[in-house]
Amino acid sequence: MVKSGTLILHTAARILMPLQLLFSVFLLLRGHDEPGGGFIAGLVAAGAFTLYLFAFGVSATREVLRMVDPRDLIGIGLLLGMISVFPAWFMDQPFLTAQWWEIPGIDFKASTPLIFDVGVYLAVLGSVLAMVMTLMEVDKDEP
Amino acid sequence: MMQLAVLSGFVLAAFAPLLHRWFGAGTSFVLAAFPAALALGFLSLMPAVMDGEVVTYAVEWVPSLGMSLTFVIDGLSLLFALLITVIGTFVLIYAGGYLKGHPDLVRFHIVLVAFMVSMLGLVLADGLITLFVFWELTSITSYLLIGFNHADLEARKSARQGLFVTVGGGLALMAGLVMLGTAGGSWSLAELGTMGDVLREHDLYAPLLICLLLGAFTKSAQFPFHFWLPNAMAAPTPVSAYLHSATMVKAGIYLMARLQPSLGGTEMWIGILSVVGAFTMFTGAFLAIRHTNIKKLLAYSTIMALGTLTMLLGIGTEGALIAFVTFLLAHSLYKGALFMVAGILDHETGTKDVTAMGGLRSLMPVTALVAMLAALSLAGIPPLFGFIAKELMFESVLEAGAFRWLILLLAFSAAFLTIGVAAIVALRPFFGERRATPRVAHEAPVSMLLGPAVLAVLSLLLGLVPVLASMGLLTAAASAVMGEPVTVSLSLWHGVNLPLILSLVSLALGYVLFRQWDRVRARLARLDPLIARGPESGYDAFMHWITVVSDWQTRILQNGYMRNYLMVMVLTLIALIGNSLLLRHSPEIAFHLDVRFHEVVVVSLMVMGALFAAITRSRLSAVVSVGIMGFSIALTFILFSAPDLGITQLLVETLTVILLVLVLFRLPRFATLSTPLERVRDFLVAGCVGVLITLLVLTAWGIDQFVPISGYMIENSVTLAHGRNIVNVILVDYRALDTLGEIFVLALAAIGVIAMLKLRATEKSKPASKEKESTDG
Repeated sequence: MVKSGTLILHTAARILMPLQLLFSVFLLLRGHDEPGGGFIAGLVAAGAFTLYLFAFGVSATREVLRMVDPRDLIGIGLLLGMISVFPAWFMDQPFLTAQWWEIPGIDFKASTPLIFDVGVYLAVLGSVLAMVMTLMEVDKDEP
Repeated sequence: MMQLAVLSGFVLAAFAPLLHRWFGAGTSFVLAAFPAALALGFLSLMPAVMDGEVVTYAVEWVPSLGMSLTFVIDGLSLLFALLITVIGTFVLIYAGGYLKGHPDLVRFHIVLVAFMVSMLGLVLADGLITLFVFWELTSITSYLLIGFNHADLEARKSARQGLFVTVGGGLALMAGLVMLGTAGGSWSLAELGTMGDVLREHDLYAPLLICLLLGAFTKSAQFPFHFWLPNAMAAPTPVSAYLHSATMVKAGIYLMARLQPSLGGTEMWIGILSVVGAFTMFTGAFLAIRHTNIKKLLAYSTIMALGTLTMLLGIGTEGALIAFVTFLLAHSLYKGALFMVAGILDHETGTKDVTAMGGLRSLMPVTALVAMLAALSLAGIPPLFGFIAKELMFESVLEAGAFRWLILLLAFSAAFLTIGVAAIVALRPFFGERRATPRVAHEAPVSMLLGPAVLAVLSLLLGLVPVLASMGLLTAAASAVMGEPVTVSLSLWHGVNLPLILSLVSLALGYVLFRQWDRVRARLARLDPLIARGPESGYDAFMHWITVVSDWQTRILQNGYMRNYLMVMVLTLIALIGNSLLLRHSPEIAFHLDVRFHEVVVVSLMVMGALFAAITRSRLSAVVSVGIMGFSIALTFILFSAPDLGITQLLVETLTVILLVLVLFRLPRFATLSTPLERVRDFLVAGCVGVLITLLVLTAWGIDQFVPISGYMIENSVTLAHGRNIVNVILVDYRALDTLGEIFVLALAAIGVIAMLKLRATEKSKPASKEKESTDG
């Protein structure tokens, strides 16, 4: 269905994808204070890969992803979400109470909401990518 | 920690496969160490409980909902806990012999241990909700145990029947427990036990009692729910010996005994329990003698015993409650032993039909002796413990207030029928001429003899020295049921009195019944058509109608056409919202037009997108125009300064269009399938829902019922959650649990897409290796 396309699309995809991914990480990290967050960032990242998919097809995209299968991303995302539950548990606080740790030296606060947000990011990215890639692969199987 | 010790059984069950790899055939003994250790633990509590102490192990579970995992051990729970662990130990050892070499022995061990833990939790739990959770766990595990031979249609059917009846009762039980908790204002059984006066006067007393009794009656196979128990004999015999003699079926009895101090003693309680109990007692004993299958004989006599216990609780005098605990202990001992003997006979001879066996005494002397002892106790013949129990039962029936003569008549008939059953079970297979059985019988292995022998000897020992039982356990148990201290003194000889005379007469009648059994059975065959129309036919009809109704509703509501689902959903929406909106809140339209030019532009974009999507004949342009609507909505969000929502909407819309395009290429072209009339109908429905939602939104505008929570969130966003973006703070902190749920849903959806597309594709390309692929993928 998707004709691996034109020169413009190719060039655009090759340049835009890293930028979009970078932007998604930016959105993810700043999300707690400015518009952004794991869900939005995950969607942006998924959009980046989808653009690449449309330009170069499934197998090329798999090469870009190297060893990472989108399905694994879903699992890792859910796992991170679950992991962020435990610190509060050990501190004997109510379920999912946020924990904050100052990291000395740099001006950055590590926290369970951040871990959770990264989990959301990966789960969203993995789910969308898995759906799109599966749909395109099936399409390829039945010409 | 008691909770840890008991619940570690679930972990043990999970590790059963590993144990099997390490210990092979010895696994049964390893697993049996668990209930044995617990039994020792419970025994160590005996002195304290005997002194009238109530041992409490408090553990919070969900304190905000008033749910606790607290275990409370008084005389009643201790009696049950000891029965569960001691008989459980022997059943595990016995099962190792009975199912030796069975390919699914691992599965059996997993489920049996899990059942044991659930049952223990049920009798130890103090919280109503905890009790219910364990109650349902016993239903589920017993379903798996009854259907253990799942290749057998009969076993599956019986397992399902048991599940339906007990879980159906469980629903009523849940309602009853909730009402009980509300009425008493406490979710702790221990606290409810002290507020009987309040509960008995409460308005909810009648409904909650009926609901609770429905739960107890279905679980404990009381008439008219008794039919599932004999059918459950499709289970392997160790399961019957455990579940259907001493544990699972006694859960309902336990519940009633537990509630006796809080709910017992009213006219309603006495009437229902004593009459239903007495009738069940008679029905069980009467139906038993129709059968030649040894397990069915025992199953029906168990129904008789369960009826007796219920009846004694109903009578509720001090004497009756002493008889209750005594009978409970006596029955668990002899019935466990008899079921295991039945299993030995089945295992060694290859048949369950008592008329096909005979003269096995010389081949299996130990089994014969054990069977004799246990059956003597069942028949209630001195000096066995069962005799004491039966004497006490007659005594308390004679002092019953309401329905005394009816109950006495039923009890007397049940007693002599039971003596007949005992004689059939213990004498038919072992005496008389030797008959050829499908397998050549040998004496059973020690592992299978150990359990029944110990239980039978205990029956004898407690009969000879009843003070062993009465001094400690039974006094504490009877006091717990009574709700105040009771002294139990048991003795074999009560002097020549009416109960003894009744016993003697019933013994004589029972002997006659045994001699004439074959002829009686032939006579009773005439009643078969009547019995076939009993409560079980009601169950069958119910199941039949379930299929009919679900068939009908699937055809009407879920016929696989998307348009049909949409129509049903939209019509339901119109009915529910329309009803509430128009009847309860008269729609007030309160708004003032103050629109800017760019807002008008955005809205008209939306309208145009919607219109074009409705009339276009190309799928692609329909998708695109729906997309335009989505983007306009994103624009609206941004215009009203909700950038996060706007961005999210924009991205979701983009990806939706991409996904839709990918899917739509696979669909056929648009075609006109509906008649003009149907189109008019669809138009009307669509118009209705449109108008309704508009009205709803406009009405909601003017309604301000709740104080918005956003103020709290805005105030604490920076100070507590260290974030200025409230939307994100809500997502990952305030409402993180919701988000966690959502990403799981998202992941499930992705897995669903993959599964549907990939598995279908493999099916098409490799039809031969379909099964392998689908299990691998």
